[in-house]
Amino acid sequence: MHIMEGFLPTPWWQIWFAVSIPVIFYGIHKLNRLVKEKREILPLLAVAGAFVFVLSSLKLPSVTGSCSHPTGTGIAAIMFGPAISAVLGTIVLIYQALFLAHGGLTTLGANVFSMGIVGPVVAYLVYKAGMKANLNLYLVVFLAAAFGDWATYVTTSVELALAFPAGGALTFAGFMSSFGKFAAIFAVTQVPLAIMEGAVSALLFKYVVNVKSDILVEMKVIEDAVVRKLRGTSA
Amino acid sequence: MSRKLELIVLAILLIFAIQFIYMSSTTDAEYGGADGEAENVINEITGGTYEPNAEPFWEPPSGEIESLLFGLQAAIGAGIIGYFFGYYKAKKNYENELGYKGKNKSEGDKHSL
Repeated sequence: MHIMEGFLPTPWWQIWFAVSIPVIFYGIHKLNRLVKEKREILPLLAVAGAFVFVLSSLKLPSVTGSCSHPTGTGIAAIMFGPAISAVLGTIVLIYQALFLAHGGLTTLGANVFSMGIVGPVVAYLVYKAGMKANLNLYLVVFLAAAFGDWATYVTTSVELALAFPAGGALTFAGFMSSFGKFAAIFAVTQVPLAIMEGAVSALLFKYVVNVKSDILVEMKVIEDAVVRKLRGTSA
Repeated sequence: MSRKLELIVLAILLIFAIQFIYMSSTTDAEYGGADGEAENVINEITGGTYEPNAEPFWEPPSGEIESLLFGLQAAIGAGIIGYFFGYYKAKKNYENELGYKGKNKSEGDKHSL
């Protein structure tokens, strides 16, 4: 989903920076407050950030015959909310832009918007809705992470289609035509990878619940009743 | 502890692995990066007139160096995850064993770093 360095014309790269920067600052503010209030969450925060690091470094082959990578932001979004996930995503994207020529500094705003903001927001909403509907916790985590991953890539397609509409001028028809082409690459390739990301995220979340459910309950990520049910029956 | 979820996840990963082995041996798919394919589409839409307005500061000089840095990224992440899960697991075990839980809990948590 990385838009490569230099591949967003003016004014689009500035626009995405303008959208992303306030969210990042809000995320940093939230992060500082959270860490100050509850120092004991630091290890979990490190785990969530590390998970983004691992998953976004794995370029996986997809059924379409090309490679792409998962995002790993679902867990962070579920545990800490979208704003803090945006900060974690930004750190990873800067690493990849500087050391791997993967993504870029001018396109950082757009990439943060897709991977750090839209993906986590979708994951967060799916998680909240699923928990409200009383579905199995791990199924909900699976769905949240998978849809968050997929939404990231759909967003990238939108960003590129806005910048490169067919016919040159930005019309609805031109946008849709370009969107179809970009989505054929990103969104289709991503479907199997999103499923894998969802599965691995559910597994990681299971281990977090196993060793540290008390913090999750305290942060109101899951309810005590859910933990007791998981403990009581099968996990 | 039930291992149901582990089995399901393993099954999902196996399906993709087998699918990949089958596909890569029967077709001549290139398995290039999707990011690079987007570049081709941009060229196609604009008729090749688009000039990138910026260049990366620094590029890994070869594919080997690039995979080194990607591997490093994964290793850092995996190390952190493993460290804290091991830490939490051991802490929980000792707490249960010594009946430490509940006593001095808030203080214990403060030292969790």
